[in-house]
Amino acid sequence: MAILSRSEAKKILDKVLKYSKAEAASAQLSGAETGNIRYARNSVSTSGIVNDIELAVEARFGKKSGIATINEFSDASLEKVMRRAEELAKLSPDNPESMPLLGEQKYMPVDGFAESTADITPDQRAKAAADSIVAAKKKDVVAAGYLEDARSFAAVANTNGLFGYHAATSANFTVTMRTENGLGSGWAQSDVTDFGKMNTAASSGIAIDKAVLSQEARALEPGKYTVILEPSAVSGLVAYMMGNFDARSADEGRSFMSKKGGGNRTGEKMFDKRVNIYSDPSSPSVPAQPWSDDDHMALQRVDWIKDGVVQNLPCSRYWAEQSKGTAIPSPNNLIMVGGDKSTADLIKKTRRGVLVTRTWYIRMVDPQSLLLTGLTRDGTFYIENGKIKYPIKNFRFNESPVIMLNNIEDMGRPERVSMWGGPAMIPALKVRDFTFSSLSDAV
Amino acid sequence: MDRRNFIKLAGVGASGILLPVTGVAVSAEQLASNGMDVGQKKRLADIVLNAARKAGASYTDVRIGRYLNQFVITRETNVENIVNTESFGAGIRVIANGTWGFAATNDLTADGIAKAAHQAVAVAKANARYQTEPVQLAPVKGVGEVSWQTPIQKNAIEVPISEKVDFLMDVNNAALKAGASFINSALYLVNEQKYFASSDGSYIDQDVHRLWAPMQVTVVDKDSGQFKTREGLSTPVGMGFEYLAGRDEDKISGPTTLYKNSYDMVEDAALAAEQAKAKLSAKSIEPGKYDLVLEPLHLRLTIHESVGHPLELDRVLGYEANYAGTSFATLDKWRSGKFQYGSDKVNIFADRTQPGSLGAIGYDDEGVKAKRWDLIKNGVLMNYQATRDQVHMIDQKESQGCSYADSWSSVQFQRMPNVSLAPGEEKYSVKDMIGDVEKGIYIVGRGSYSIDQQRYNFQFGGQLFYEIKDGEIVGQVEDVAYQSNTQEFWNSCSAICDSSDYRLGGTFFDGKGQPSQVSAVSHGCATSRFDKINVINTKRKIG
Repeated sequence: MAILSRSEAKKILDKVLKYSKAEAASAQLSGAETGNIRYARNSVSTSGIVNDIELAVEARFGKKSGIATINEFSDASLEKVMRRAEELAKLSPDNPESMPLLGEQKYMPVDGFAESTADITPDQRAKAAADSIVAAKKKDVVAAGYLEDARSFAAVANTNGLFGYHAATSANFTVTMRTENGLGSGWAQSDVTDFGKMNTAASSGIAIDKAVLSQEARALEPGKYTVILEPSAVSGLVAYMMGNFDARSADEGRSFMSKKGGGNRTGEKMFDKRVNIYSDPSSPSVPAQPWSDDDHMALQRVDWIKDGVVQNLPCSRYWAEQSKGTAIPSPNNLIMVGGDKSTADLIKKTRRGVLVTRTWYIRMVDPQSLLLTGLTRDGTFYIENGKIKYPIKNFRFNESPVIMLNNIEDMGRPERVSMWGGPAMIPALKVRDFTFSSLSDAV
Repeated sequence: MDRRNFIKLAGVGASGILLPVTGVAVSAEQLASNGMDVGQKKRLADIVLNAARKAGASYTDVRIGRYLNQFVITRETNVENIVNTESFGAGIRVIANGTWGFAATNDLTADGIAKAAHQAVAVAKANARYQTEPVQLAPVKGVGEVSWQTPIQKNAIEVPISEKVDFLMDVNNAALKAGASFINSALYLVNEQKYFASSDGSYIDQDVHRLWAPMQVTVVDKDSGQFKTREGLSTPVGMGFEYLAGRDEDKISGPTTLYKNSYDMVEDAALAAEQAKAKLSAKSIEPGKYDLVLEPLHLRLTIHESVGHPLELDRVLGYEANYAGTSFATLDKWRSGKFQYGSDKVNIFADRTQPGSLGAIGYDDEGVKAKRWDLIKNGVLMNYQATRDQVHMIDQKESQGCSYADSWSSVQFQRMPNVSLAPGEEKYSVKDMIGDVEKGIYIVGRGSYSIDQQRYNFQFGGQLFYEIKDGEIVGQVEDVAYQSNTQEFWNSCSAICDSSDYRLGGTFFDGKGQPSQVSAVSHGCATSRFDKINVINTKRKIG
């Protein structure tokens, strides 16, 4: 029952909206079947399957609105949920920022559903874990990992004629390998739409190699270094930056995107000219739901940063009206353009530098400059004359992604990673003067 | 099963916090209504226990839970969102063939719940094929039919929504009147009605209440392009609406007003606006070594990150290696009996019985009675936090009662109890402490925080920073963060104020596990001094 077809979903949505006695109403039906397996200490610890389907209904009277949800779909249940939403709306205070429901939207066609993920079996999950554990044991390494896969759908409709349907699959795998002596740790990830393209054994192999190579790490003095940040290391900082792209807070003067004297920095060149970041729900690499969860507005391809210049900031319909701007919904995916070099190519062209596998526990230190702090983790190495020379202890960094994206030396081939809010294509980056402020003994 | 939704909260706390919310949206009135009768819960529990035993389970527990949330979210003069959710169902955990199995259902008919019990046993048997470490469960004596409730005076969920909205509007108006450019404020209320039964012979009915009233005030200086924020100085509590009474006897005067057992949010909102304005012109800190005087609302987060998490036994053993990480506080250090975690002034204990705390319960989510135990005594590492299936790994026979699940649909696992620093035994006030510092910083409130995956290296900010020179506070400073190593930091603890300054502070959404679960926990402490800690300046300029 978790995955409904377009026509099945439409039938339920049409029916529930017909029960509406409100001035306007909208409904969203969504469902997912999610499977997972978790292992640690070279043994499976938990696994589960969650089936879930839910109908959310919003009723409106003027600037009042009420939302009710239900997971039964008989005629009586559909009528009940609409009545409940109407009662809640009547009781709620006016929302002065409420905007009228949208009319018909033209949603981009998205191909984000893979049968191989939809058909995944408990045995396949168990095999993914077993492959990882067997490979670890062979090298005297201890495996801990997590695989989560989902097949899902969402459908939206309202009394103004809007309708949309989207089905999707996804699978995400992360693995940490630690040497038995606790001196080495390696990590790898894989994020896909099509489970057939996921190779958990290969990811496990990368993590094992990093664990073995990272033992007996030496201490380097903290300071400014040329770094090669692998895609998972870059994504932690870029996610924070893009999460703080917002027209309203910028216009209000409380964002790193605020302009001195008022307004925001759209149109300014804030980054290296090679920085290009856009979103596109129809991207074959990172397909995403083609509408915004906030108000079901259609998502388009949007350039956020082009040739280092800020092009657009997400802007709600309410704020667009207030600021006489254009409403632009927040994206469901992100694509950062890179080059065609592998991480190995980037290392080859580096005289002295630090290779960072991933960044961890990133927190905002100062929203004015977007200064972030965090740590390197699970595979940090010193590079000399184009080769990995030896493993080094992890560092704490204090750096702003705005500064990082001004200090680019080179860019690698983008890889798919899982970021807040959806999938992203992120390249490895070679960056000069990256600020490491202290050493960590953590392995 | 029901969906875990996320509410995005821009502006409150760190940027864009996502609040996990489980359950379906209902009316406020429904939240205040009674749930299933306890006799009916016992009948259902017995169906589960019998069905699982017949299917081959050697141990079974069932949690029938009704989880209620109410969030009221405002900014300036607007109510942004009111969310009421209710989630009701049962989670069943069994041991079969030496392996855990879990299943959950919201079908609470006799047939539905028996089917879930069979599923749990089937999962255990299937997973047994990949199990290399059979479960060893520490014994717990059944307690029969008992009940427990958070000691609240006024059930916050029963307070009319209009009263809550009016209260937050008073808060927001006070901030705006005092010069705030913006204010975000909210009320988060949680009520867990949990019925636990196990094949050990326990039937435990618990009613747990929690409340949090956060706010963030922002002041913008458009001419200079600078902005500053100040978060509220409240704490999440295991209390009712009485926490928001703001009684005079609970106010602590000093460089800023602090609060004990109740909070004056309206007064704090006005003060927050004034202090945010003062931040705009405050001196930027000179980096270097300082003696830090850490106020309890601030220090409790340092305790949480640098003592609470590293002493979670599942982290120490490697079960969290792929996500939250492992721990520097390894078993060999503990076994030596001599690991000097901190100075001899440092006594840290775990306690699930403290009234008003977020971690207070009668029994944990596997039926173990709440208790208190020492983690660090006179600076030496003494013990960990464990569950029934873990204690045998640290040569102990009794669980410490650290099992928790954030929903009936989540499987319970080891979570942090309240972890607190004992106050100093000799009479010593905050004023005395500041008077004894030559070059230092008095840090108030929770700010930015980050720590590595084995809990060695950390960096913390704060809400308010006051420079101390020759025993006197000389003014507000900005751009402060301190960096240290856990063991060095706790060994630099040179003084702790007495019990008159001891109070609890908490965390509402502590994340752990895959799939991730949240839990709430408190930490008690008195203002404490840490000598010669490395302070960095966090001011940066972007082009």
